[in-house]
Amino acid sequence: MSQTRQYELVYIVGAETGEQEIADLHTQVEQIVQRFNGTLDKTENWGRRKLAYEISHHREGTYVVETISGSGELMKEIDRRLRVTDTVIRHLIVRIDEDLRVAGRRREDRRSSQARRRVARGLPPEPAAGERRDHGDLEEEDRGEGVEVQR
Amino acid sequence: MSEERGSRGRGGKSADKGKGEQPRRGGFFRRRRVCKFCVDKIDYINYKDVRLLMPFIPERGKIQPRRISGTCAAHQRKLQTAIARARQLALIPYVTE
Repeated sequence: MSQTRQYELVYIVGAETGEQEIADLHTQVEQIVQRFNGTLDKTENWGRRKLAYEISHHREGTYVVETISGSGELMKEIDRRLRVTDTVIRHLIVRIDEDLRVAGRRREDRRSSQARRRVARGLPPEPAAGERRDHGDLEEEDRGEGVEVQR
Repeated sequence: MSEERGSRGRGGKSADKGKGEQPRRGGFFRRRRVCKFCVDKIDYINYKDVRLLMPFIPERGKIQPRRISGTCAAHQRKLQTAIARARQLALIPYVTE
């Protein structure tokens, strides 16, 4: 009944937390994912990073990004677990499949409309590698305006 | 640089181009009204990409209004959520004194 969706989970672990604890946390997340029949698509450890503002007296933190496919219940459970984990000072779960789908469609539309226009102008549908588009006067105009920008 | 895309997008805004040109001498300046995301063909504004978001956050930490940055409405909305998420993750400050 529950649908499979793609989510992105980012959590920040306090700077004083050891490598081992971070690895443990990761396995914990992995276990929850497995228990709910989800898949862990990607894990990225950004390492230590300075926080833009203090979070409960922490000035630095280790960022971990995980891409997970699974149900909403799965993410709910992960959310709950991270909430009660003291070493995690902040976490964020974002659903990304819809946004990526929209972005992909946008890109596809752009590509096909470009191909259509190129065919209408008697060119092959795909621009050849290294080909500059013919836009002489437009670029001139653009450049002129760029010079006048004062901020 | 893919500037040609920007000049296409601005085609519809040629009206306010003329308007911007006039008061230039009186201390005003003409702004480049192009949406950075349209020019660079960025469909998904990633909240983790701080370098992408930074130009839209002036010193104070507020989000730069559309009328100044020239971002199109659709992208400004996406930018807004991206910045909000980045703030939650302490990638970007909420306020800077």
